[in-house]
Order: sequence, then C-alpha cells, then structure tokens
Amino acid sequence: MSCDFSGTLLHAYLDSELDAVRAAEFERHLENCRECTATLGAVESLRASLQRAQLYETAPPELRKKIRSKLKISAAGVSRSPAAAWRWLAVAAAILLVTGVAWFAVPHLRPDGPESVTSAEVIDAHIRSLQAGHLTDVTSTDQHTVKPWFDGKLDFIPPVHDFMDEGFPLIGGRLDVLGERNVAALVYGRRKHFINVFVWPTKDPDTPIHPPGSRQGYQWVHWRHQGMEFCAVSDVSAQDLHELAQLFIQ
Amino acid sequence: MSTTGQGKGWDVLDSQDRARFEQVVLPHLDAAFNLSRWLLRSRADSEDVAQEALLRAFRFFRGFNGGDARAWLLQIVRNTCYTWLEKNRQVELMTEFDEDLHQQSSTTPEALAIAGDNRERLARALETLPVRFREVIILRELEGCSYKEIAAITSVPIGTVMSALARARQRLQRALTQPAQQEAPHEL
Repeated sequence: MSCDFSGTLLHAYLDSELDAVRAAEFERHLENCRECTATLGAVESLRASLQRAQLYETAPPELRKKIRSKLKISAAGVSRSPAAAWRWLAVAAAILLVTGVAWFAVPHLRPDGPESVTSAEVIDAHIRSLQAGHLTDVTSTDQHTVKPWFDGKLDFIPPVHDFMDEGFPLIGGRLDVLGERNVAALVYGRRKHFINVFVWPTKDPDTPIHPPGSRQGYQWVHWRHQGMEFCAVSDVSAQDLHELAQLFIQ
Repeated sequence: MSTTGQGKGWDVLDSQDRARFEQVVLPHLDAAFNLSRWLLRSRADSEDVAQEALLRAFRFFRGFNGGDARAWLLQIVRNTCYTWLEKNRQVELMTEFDEDLHQQSSTTPEALAIAGDNRERLARALETLPVRFREVIILRELEGCSYKEIAAITSVPIGTVMSALARARQRLQRALTQPAQQEAPHEL
C-alpha cells in the first residue's frame, strides 16, 4: 500500500468521522489518487453488501419475556412482607409518573403553532408502527407505487423517493395521525432498523434540519422544506437520521 | 447464576429506578443480543449471555449517569461476552489481533459485490475474523455506532478504533474473495 491516505483516513472519511476541513482535503486528494478511489469503492461495496445481507439478529421474544419476568420475580422475591402489594402499586404509580413527566417535559417540536406536534407523539407513533402489522399500509420499494397510493387519501401529495443506493431502502408507506391531523408516514430501512418519516404540509418557510432530540433510546430530527414539514424518527443513530434528512432536501 | 448475590442487587433499586430501567435500557435488548450473537457466534449461547448482561446491567443501574444508554449497555454486554469466552473458548481470544496485513487486496468492487451478496457466505467470513476485529464491524456496520461510541464500548482510544476498523474491513474483504475452500455445493 503506497498511499498514506488509503489506510485509516479513508475509513474515517467513509464513516463521516472527518471534520469538514479534513474531509474536503481528502476529497481533493481523491481526485488524483487512483489507489484511494479504488480502495474507497471496494470498502463502500463491502458496506453495501453487509447492509443488504441483513445480518442483524434481533432477540427472540422468549428472551425478552424471560428477562422481564426475571426482573419482576426477583423484585417480588425480596419482599415477602404484606407490603409487597403496595410495592407493586408504587411501581405502577412510578411508571405513570415517569411517563407523565416525560410527556410534559419534552420540548415541543412546534411550540408556537396551533397544530403543534410533540416529540412524545412522534415517538409514540413510531413505537405503535413497529407493532406487528402496523408498519405499512402499502408495502413497496417502488416510489412510483407508494406515491400514488397516498393520492385521494390525503389532501396533499408527499414527496416519495427510494434511497436504496444511499443505504436507506424505501419499505412502504402508511397513513398516520399526528396532532389530530392526517399525515403521511414513509418507512425506510437502515440496517435492520426502521425509520418513520412523517410528512405533512405547512405554510411556514423552510427550516434547516433541527438538531436531533432523543428520548427512550429513540432519536428524531425535524425540518421544513418546500411547503412540507418532516419529522424522521428511529432508534438508528442521529447521524443516520441526519443523512436521510439531507437526501430529502437535495 | 447464583441466587444469593442477586437479592441484594434487586433490593437496591427502588421502583422508580426499575421503571426507568424498563424505559431506558430494555429497548436496547436487540442491540445487546445482536452484539453477543456475533461475538459468541452462537444464538443459543448469546441468549444466556445477553440475559446475564441485562441482569448485570440492572444491578449496576444506579451507576448509570444518564448518558448514552445503548453504549452503556453494550459495554456491559461486551464485558460479559469476553468473560464467557475466557471461560469457555480461551483460544479465540488469543487469535492474532496484532497480525499485520499490509498486503493490498487486489479485489474489485464487482467481485466483492458478487461474493458479498450471499448472506451465508458473508456471515461465515465475518465469523472467521478475530473477535476484536469482528466487534468493530458489528458495532459500526450493523449497529451504526460512531467511533466515539465504539471507543466507549470497547474501552480503547478512538485512534485504535479507526485502525482496527480499517484492518477489519481489509480482512473481511480478503476472507470474502478468497476461493471458498470447503464450501459444500448449494442446493438449487
């Protein structure tokens, strides 16, 4: 390997881990270095294969059940007193409290607007969609199938694009409700994870991709573009969400 | 799993912590399972180890200061996996992590694309990598972790993550494009 850059720096570039200055520097280098261009192509292709192969293995449902019950049985096991029942009430109360506080404490995506949508609603909608059979109403990787499907079901046409080549294959779409209005939900895949992109019309001017928020292990980003308001939510990294948001704006 | 040591641990967490654990840590069970499955190369073993790691995380939950819950959990999962490997498959931990591969792989993207399109083949190639290379690939490509997160999970400096990832990818490319040695013919 003769070129100094084709070692670690090239990988940091591919992983978006270089700052803007160094990334631009590397891109300039790339224009004249055939070795790096070839290596980059090979590594990109490897990454695409890894993503296509769907190697991610999720926990079997029995394991989830087993862990939950272990946590509870053990918890009940330590308190053999009659107070045990009260403990459970306390647990229930705590869950309600935590959920309630979280609901009110999260920053509003649109604190000003009448149709303001809270991040809690967006995350709830995302979680709801992951339950069996709720993810898509129309399942297709073809944008020309998904887009017309919305026609007549909504009072607007959401922009639908497949970003398979960029690592975000379109999985389908569905109707959803956010802040008491009907929205389009576009579903994308990302390494075995799902991303919901909620879309609804707006009269407000464009806004850049809003710095990501996160709660309960889910992240979201928000932006407005050409009369549409977007909110992407998932358990993938904030960086991935940002990447997808940029594809919508391009 | 000893039942004696646990009682204390459970008792330490009050109900509010338990609710928070359910909300903050349990959603990352899939990530925990996926990491242990690839580190141990076995679904059955990783069910046990992922469960042990979750219960351990539950005991340590007081020590979690509210940062990145996934990274925090995955660090515990990784440690639990390594302890398991030390006990059950020590040889694997001694495989040449330091072996240097300055040899340029002469693979074209096209050849790689063809080889990589077979899930089985890709999984097997991944499993031939030493565990320390395998883990960076899993964390980066399957879990989508940043270098900083990987550094936190694997307790190494970011620079080391970067070079491990570079070498892991090189090795994986080589493993994929090497002529398949003992591949049984696939049924059509």
